[in-house]
Amino acid sequence: MMRPNPVTPRLLIGFGAAIVFAAILPHLVSDFTSFQFTLAMSYGIALLGLNILTGYNGQFSIGHSAFYAVGAYTAAILLYHFEWNHYATLPVAALVAFVVGFLFGLPALRLEGLYLALATFAFAVATPQLLKFDAFEHWTGGVQGLFVPKPEPLIGGLSADQSLYYVALAIMVLLMGVAWCLLHSRSGRAIMAIRDNPIAASTMGINTALYKTTVFGISAMYTGIAGALSVFVTEFVAPDAFNFFLAVNLLIGSVVGGIVSIPGVIFGGLFLVFVPNFAQDISRAYPFVPPPWAIFGILLILAIYFVPFGVWGAVERVSARWKRKSAAGR
Amino acid sequence: MAFLEVRGLEAYYRQTQALFGVDFVLDEGSITAVLGANGAGKTTTLRAICRMVRTEGEVVFDGQDLSGLSTERVVGLGIAHVPEGRGTFVRQSVEENLQLGAYTRKNKADIAADMESVYGYFPRLGERRRQQAGTLSGGEQQMLAIGRALMLRPKLMLLDEPSFGLAPLIVQEIYEIMARIREREGTSMLLVEQNASIALELADHAYLLETGRGVRGGESSLLRDDEDIRRSYLGY
Repeated sequence: MMRPNPVTPRLLIGFGAAIVFAAILPHLVSDFTSFQFTLAMSYGIALLGLNILTGYNGQFSIGHSAFYAVGAYTAAILLYHFEWNHYATLPVAALVAFVVGFLFGLPALRLEGLYLALATFAFAVATPQLLKFDAFEHWTGGVQGLFVPKPEPLIGGLSADQSLYYVALAIMVLLMGVAWCLLHSRSGRAIMAIRDNPIAASTMGINTALYKTTVFGISAMYTGIAGALSVFVTEFVAPDAFNFFLAVNLLIGSVVGGIVSIPGVIFGGLFLVFVPNFAQDISRAYPFVPPPWAIFGILLILAIYFVPFGVWGAVERVSARWKRKSAAGR
Repeated sequence: MAFLEVRGLEAYYRQTQALFGVDFVLDEGSITAVLGANGAGKTTTLRAICRMVRTEGEVVFDGQDLSGLSTERVVGLGIAHVPEGRGTFVRQSVEENLQLGAYTRKNKADIAADMESVYGYFPRLGERRRQQAGTLSGGEQQMLAIGRALMLRPKLMLLDEPSFGLAPLIVQEIYEIMARIREREGTSMLLVEQNASIALELADHAYLLETGRGVRGGESSLLRDDEDIRRSYLGY
């Protein structure tokens, strides 16, 4: 759980099964449900960024909504003002978010723990207001935001929602692979060494400052790509969609999925999309049930109580117990 | 010129001065011990050489002035630091810790060979190579810290209290291995210790620090026979 997930045959089989299931899923459910899953994957990609930063590098952020917004607005502006192809906006959103993240990472070097969390919090609070700022209104659409069309289906026979679902799936799997390779490399060991013991890491000859800012940039890049994808799905951007509440939600998603994990982001993304809906449904259905966010809070506390290291942490614990049992049975 | 030459070294933690002019030299292939009580500035001396604290004065290593360099650059010159408290990367395996020690090196075959040689010095690390380093005992973590420093193929090792918090038998074992490393690899060592008797046994030279100032120095045998030192630091 503390190290990146090792590749075992069982993990590969599970991964293959998950891909097959994910591939047929949009044909089993409505377009609206496909849309929800796409949104969950967009969150999942953002959570990957947060996990790399917080889970593997030990830097806290409660401001990732800002990077999500940077990606979303980059894509929306290119689509709305310049009528770019949807997918061409993704690398640009990634690059812009990387640069913003890297630059934010520079002052963050002087801040540790709680102080860094507060600085990222300030960034999250400032972002929606900056997006509403008069001087940028021509580009950002001000309070109203910007409306952009959904991308056309890539393959005939698919609906726009189904097509987008597959695009999001492909991007998420690719970015999970990239994260896995990064964390299993020499650089990945350095990233985790900085988390575990920054002083000892610098005595290994690791340039901790450069690593921390670069990881901030990479994390922001992931989250920016996720933000751009979310624009394709929801067809609009508006400042208040990227408020502090989103930042907290992303942190919740990371923790619920397992913040020191890669596959956990899938569960985190699903939690963020489906649990608030579920809370709303049961709160509406029964008159004596508390309001939705109270339900959400209760569910969150239960999740933290029962899976303290996130869903993926629990999966790893169960599989480790199995392994011990089968080894003992032999 | 000496291999490591420290002249008028001062060090500061923010506004607080911790070293007030420390001077010593270390010859290539030799072991020098820095002794002193708590708060004398022993750890700070090592940190100052690695450029981890703000310093003034001169540190010249192998003909190169270290002032103005970053910690990474100092490590790149072949100075390995075994930090206070061992600095174990607790959530990574023994093997990954050793690989991190070779972080600045590129040749994978050499690194693999050196890892085997570390396991030769410390067989217990070899047995536990896949184990999470945080689950090792204190003595094993100290061995890991020394092994990890060896992975740099260092010209100079800075060792910060390798005996700290360990049972006497383990301390004995670790010091024997350090002697063997010096013998076989010819690695120079700058050793900081509170445990003066064992440090003086291993070291060729020793310096005594008191509240950030060097008060005495010379060959270990001379210091061992010194009346004051015997009473204050050796306790007999």
